[in-house]
Amino acid sequence: MFTLYKTWHPIASPFDPCKPIVEKTFSTPPNLYIGFQPPNLPQFSPQEALRAGTLWKAFYDPYYNPFEKAKGGIPR
Amino acid sequence: MWIYEKKLQYPVRVSTCNPTLAKYLVEQYGGADGELSAALRYLNQRYSIPDKVIGLLTDIGTEEFAHLEMIATMIYKLTKDATPEMMKAAGLGDHYAIHDNALYYENSSGVPWTASYIQAKGDPIADLYEDIAAEEKARATYQWIINLSDDPDLNDGLRFLREREIIHSQRFLEAVEILKDEQGKKKFF
Ligand SMILES: [Fe+2]
Repeated sequence: MFTLYKTWHPIASPFDPCKPIVEKTFSTPPNLYIGFQPPNLPQFSPQEALRAGTLWKAFYDPYYNPFEKAKGGIPR
Repeated sequence: MWIYEKKLQYPVRVSTCNPTLAKYLVEQYGGADGELSAALRYLNQRYSIPDKVIGLLTDIGTEEFAHLEMIATMIYKLTKDATPEMMKAAGLGDHYAIHDNALYYENSSGVPWTASYIQAKGDPIADLYEDIAAEEKARATYQWIINLSDDPDLNDGLRFLREREIIHSQRFLEAVEILKDEQGKKKFF
């Protein structure tokens, strides 16, 4: 499944002083995948685009604080 | 020449009195990957870049000043009414000693902005790759500031600015595609 976030698992030692973070997440935004923008991509309406920060739906990738899951954050 | 529109690119709202957030935000004001660096980097590089992509550097460099203005507005709102005590509690006591509540081009650790944050190599690919890296670094910085902030209105503005970094990175990638293109093989729109 295509996702705009990837995860990896840092090595955790039983002697780590802090509670290990077993899974780390990083952003891989859409600009990494599309290459030269193809013609006729779907657009937001002008009003939506002004809020979203882009006219192009394919490039829209809003970021939410992952520590606030309730507000739409991607859990870590 | 520039034409100034007396409004922000995106409305800036700050809902909590939290000068500590200003300390973090100033990274995007006068930090290495901040908006000032971005604007000055692109507007300077455009003189020695192939003419096909000059317009792109002008457009994005200009937009970076609009972002700088949004960041300035956020910092201003967060600090304009802060007392010396509040500045001190926010880790901005040393800033206050020098600047009162004025804004200054420095990073979140108080290091003044320097031109060595930006480069102009004269080599179009080297310059555009620096620009792509700068956009991705600015995108990451916005993520970390959003993670540090619990102000939903402020984060809404930061989310918009982060999205613009994604678009800028995309356009610089396309600029590389244009410059590396073998004569006449690709169609443009
Ligand atoms: Fe940018």
